[in-house]
Amino acid sequence: MNARRNNKIATGVIIGLVSIVVLILLSLIGYILITGLPDVSFKFLFTESKAFAAGGGIVNQLFNSLYLLVLSLLISIPISMGAGIYLAEYAKPNWLTSTIRTSIEVLSSLPSIVIGLFGYLVLVIKFQLDFSILAGSIALMFLNLPILTRSIEDSINSVSPLQRQAGLSLGLSRWETIKGVIIPEALPGILTGIILSAGRIFGEAAALIYTAGQSAPTMSYTNFNPFSETSFLNPMRPAETLAVHIWKVNTDGITPDADIISSASSAVLIIVILIFNFGARYIGNRVYKKLTGDK
Amino acid sequence: MTKIIETKDVRLFYGKKEALHGISLDFNKNELTALIGPSGCGKSTFLRCLNRMNDLVPGVSIQGDFKLHDKDIYSSKMKSDDLRKQVGMVFQQPNPFPFSVYDNVAYGLKLKGIKDKKEIDQIVEDSLKKAAVWDEVKDNLHKNALSFSGGQQQRICIARVLAVKPDVILLDEPTSALDPISSNQVENTLLKLKKEFTIIMVTHNMHQAARISDKTAFMLDGDLIEYNKTKKMFLSPDQQMTSDYLNGKFG
Repeated sequence: MNARRNNKIATGVIIGLVSIVVLILLSLIGYILITGLPDVSFKFLFTESKAFAAGGGIVNQLFNSLYLLVLSLLISIPISMGAGIYLAEYAKPNWLTSTIRTSIEVLSSLPSIVIGLFGYLVLVIKFQLDFSILAGSIALMFLNLPILTRSIEDSINSVSPLQRQAGLSLGLSRWETIKGVIIPEALPGILTGIILSAGRIFGEAAALIYTAGQSAPTMSYTNFNPFSETSFLNPMRPAETLAVHIWKVNTDGITPDADIISSASSAVLIIVILIFNFGARYIGNRVYKKLTGDK
Repeated sequence: MTKIIETKDVRLFYGKKEALHGISLDFNKNELTALIGPSGCGKSTFLRCLNRMNDLVPGVSIQGDFKLHDKDIYSSKMKSDDLRKQVGMVFQQPNPFPFSVYDNVAYGLKLKGIKDKKEIDQIVEDSLKKAAVWDEVKDNLHKNALSFSGGQQQRICIARVLAVKPDVILLDEPTSALDPISSNQVENTLLKLKKEFTIIMVTHNMHQAARISDKTAFMLDGDLIEYNKTKKMFLSPDQQMTSDYLNGKFG
């Protein structure tokens, strides 16, 4: 009965290892939420941060994070869609394709601080974007592109080849098949990939410290002119994000309540990322049902 | 009988390996022709030459004459998507798009540029009726095609092809993934369809060929052994090899 005993041992070990992972994750999230949540209040979310006095909030940082995220997704989605479609549908197995794949892999394993410093040298200094949302979102794009391209390529590849044949055999051109059959079928996967990557870049700090900057100047939420200096939509203003804010109050914060701010901000960050993650699943399912008419 | 597709001395290579050794077959209008033979004899490969689906396979080269309505299928003037609108195809595995039944059938129409909702409704209904699946899906036209049974899915796929109004329909073992009852329904559908369309079907099921085809071509190892009226073929084949195969002496 050796096989049966070994099977039991293996099952036990696997369950044990999984519990360790789950335990670590839960205690981490639990710790952050328990220490942070009590200080998260309506006031905390909607007042501006203070540099020297206690009682500052995170409204600008929260908005900056979201705005940066949207801008960087706006830049990276079209590019990675193109790259993903190319790699999945058009790329032939030759040296060019493998060069592209290798570059993507290298890019995806770059430490984000390297991307941040690269962004600082090239975008902030060389192209004179200064510390700005634009520079930050381009840096985030560098971070995001490889992951997004991979997940889009994977989603497209997971569509059955039978569907391609069906499309082509109906007299659709290759592009019509991709556009009308393959992409809709891959869309839930693509969306999930986008939202998950959004969660990742939402919490990114290192790539932004030297690109989007560490200051959150006062801005007006009623000034809708994106070219105006004080407008909240101005992409050329420096913008400290939530993650950078957490880093900053912890390293050189001089506010008396730095502890509270950092733990409450962490809780907010975690909650937003959790929303992204659960939202990804929900939206992916919804879109699939909608597209496929299965009500 | 008018010939709709003529092929002459078709040779097909996978890389350097010759898989079809000079096959000449003509197909008559409004007839159902069955291609039979053991697995790997090249019947599906030959079928896929007729709508240029083999173009998609890397390393394939094709020689010989192919004519549809006296026009060269492989000439540079013939666009593969135009060809495939005239020569539709149904596959072994039912492969409806993951959309509603209605959208599946209407898909080709929208791409043809037909926008009139009433016209599309009409063609969708006609096509589903011709494919003999209308009664089963008419109350659920907006349900996902994948939620139907395999046999129904296959007939939805046939309807999808019919909607584009092809001249020729190629079927690649259309019933081999289906249960006997569904197979039977698909066979009956095909019998009705040959009044309007020319049908070329690959099947590994000799009884199916005997039941519904007008002419049968027997292929073996990339060669055409015999091509005859189905009745003649099954009662008194010209070739000993055909007789042996049909009697189950090899296969």
